[in-house]
Amino acid sequence: MREQTETAVTDAPDVAMRDASAPARDTRPPRRARGGRRLATWLWGLAGIVAIALIWEVYKLLGPADGVVIGGARVLPRTTDLAMPHVWDMAGRLAEPVTRSASAQPLWLVIVLAALTTLGIAAAGWLVGLVVGVGLALVMQRWRIAEWGLLPWIVLSQTVPLIAFAPVVKSWGSRVEIGAFEWQDWMSVALIASYLAFFPIAVGALKGLQSPDVIHEELMQTYAAGYWQTLVKLRFPAAVPYLLPALRLGAANAVVGAVVAEVSTGLQGGIGRILIQFAGQASGDPAKAWGPIFGAVVLGLVAAGSVALLGVILKNYRRTEEAA
Amino acid sequence: MSEPQDASGSRQDRPTQTTPAVEVHGVDKVFETRSGHVQALESIDLTVAAGEFVSLIGPSGCGKSTLMRLVADLDEPTAGDLAVFGKSARQARLDQEYGIAFQQAGLLPWRTVAGNVALPLELHGVASAARASRVAELLDMVGLADFADRHPDQLSGGMQQRVAIARALAEQPRLLLMDEPFGALDEMTREKMQTELVRISAETGAAVVFVTHSIPEAVFLSDRVVVMSPRPGRIREIVPMRLGAEAERAERTEELREERAFFDMVTAVREALHGGSPVGAGARGVETR
Repeated sequence: MREQTETAVTDAPDVAMRDASAPARDTRPPRRARGGRRLATWLWGLAGIVAIALIWEVYKLLGPADGVVIGGARVLPRTTDLAMPHVWDMAGRLAEPVTRSASAQPLWLVIVLAALTTLGIAAAGWLVGLVVGVGLALVMQRWRIAEWGLLPWIVLSQTVPLIAFAPVVKSWGSRVEIGAFEWQDWMSVALIASYLAFFPIAVGALKGLQSPDVIHEELMQTYAAGYWQTLVKLRFPAAVPYLLPALRLGAANAVVGAVVAEVSTGLQGGIGRILIQFAGQASGDPAKAWGPIFGAVVLGLVAAGSVALLGVILKNYRRTEEAA
Repeated sequence: MSEPQDASGSRQDRPTQTTPAVEVHGVDKVFETRSGHVQALESIDLTVAAGEFVSLIGPSGCGKSTLMRLVADLDEPTAGDLAVFGKSARQARLDQEYGIAFQQAGLLPWRTVAGNVALPLELHGVASAARASRVAELLDMVGLADFADRHPDQLSGGMQQRVAIARALAEQPRLLLMDEPFGALDEMTREKMQTELVRISAETGAAVVFVTHSIPEAVFLSDRVVVMSPRPGRIREIVPMRLGAEAERAERTEELREERAFFDMVTAVREALHGGSPVGAGARGVETR
């Protein structure tokens, strides 16, 4: 008996070692190769940016000054310095002061500060979107009838044009005053950002909460686990792979929503505002108008990238069970 | 030699040892489907004694898995009585009287091997120190002590299934329900797992209800083999295994597979399966390997 137990124990890891180490080695390349691949990814990304800059400059050099017009419609832009400033002019302008006044800050700093303001508002909107989105998903997962009743409205909510909607939110907000709490203008912007952010999060979270296999649900049932236990131990962990892309989409949406809402509610201090302001000055200083545009692009990347960081932290929840 | 006897000895102290693990009387199960009623089980009578190893065998659609699901309270019988250790199936589930393993291991991919085995203990509020020692003990039992920190995707199918068995045993259930747990494994791994299951069930002294469609598997493992027939699912015959009566369960080793008595039992079960109807027609879906 003892002997048999021992052989079972000693044999098992032997077989297992072979089984387990093989796929592990295959799926995970050596450290150096992984580092090399990451470097290559960055290089390709950089190459893409360089390529766009090159195309820009080549077209500016060779294209007709009045652009390409087919049948009255301009399909390619004018190549004048006013419409298409040189890449180096746009980059150089960032280092110069915003205005000619002696105390003016450099353009890049103004853009970074504005972008940070917008990022903060977008983050607030994203958080609200997260709470509302996950809350709706929980309700829809719990009660089938709620899914039938709510989901069409959630989809419909996204067809409302944001521009039309922003001033209304602002005017409603200005009437809100509860005790010491007073509605700030940035809250309207955050609310509109959350309006765009909650949608992908609600849909992704619902899909994720519904994703556990029947076998896992029945297993929890055999453990006599209640709704909350099943939620915490099974549904939320299983939802992570669905939630992460949804959260990233939500973050990008929140940034777009915040910028658009800043423009349409006329909020000061954010990147949306200087986007409009500098565009108005484009006839005199065409390169300056491009600064906030680059700022907005970087802002979107930072927002989406922060969520990617979340994915790294939660990487164990993105494993899938494989039948060997 | 001393270890397993201690384990089963301490179990005999429990007063409930005399009540049967499972009692099924006149159970029917009808599924309502779009195309009408499907009689999955018809007047099933079966008693599984405490500590007894019973296999349910039969062709696809004979209701063997359904019967196990009724015992597990994952489905409810349409008619008849079902008791697990003298309680209703529902109460037995709430009291965690059984451990269960399915054809797929059903491990949570984001948890380590140790985390998966600890899941039922965690859900039922076992303190973390007690949990850790119990998990270590279980992983030792299934020979996976070195793999505690791995994730399921790093394990072979056989190892995943062993983790699932360890998880089923986590709370020292007196009844183990297994639905074709080795069905997805290759033949070599399968035989190895069968030998281990024999050892483990002897060590724990738990009753086992084992669903399979492999005759040699049923014969090798069981004290009794319940042969079922399909449409509607009925118990055709219960074949006692002389192997079980004479030898201690734990002494069943690989050599048994080559003994004459083993082949006689395989033949007995096969004949019960075919039960008069021409060979081939009645036993479709049953593996004879």
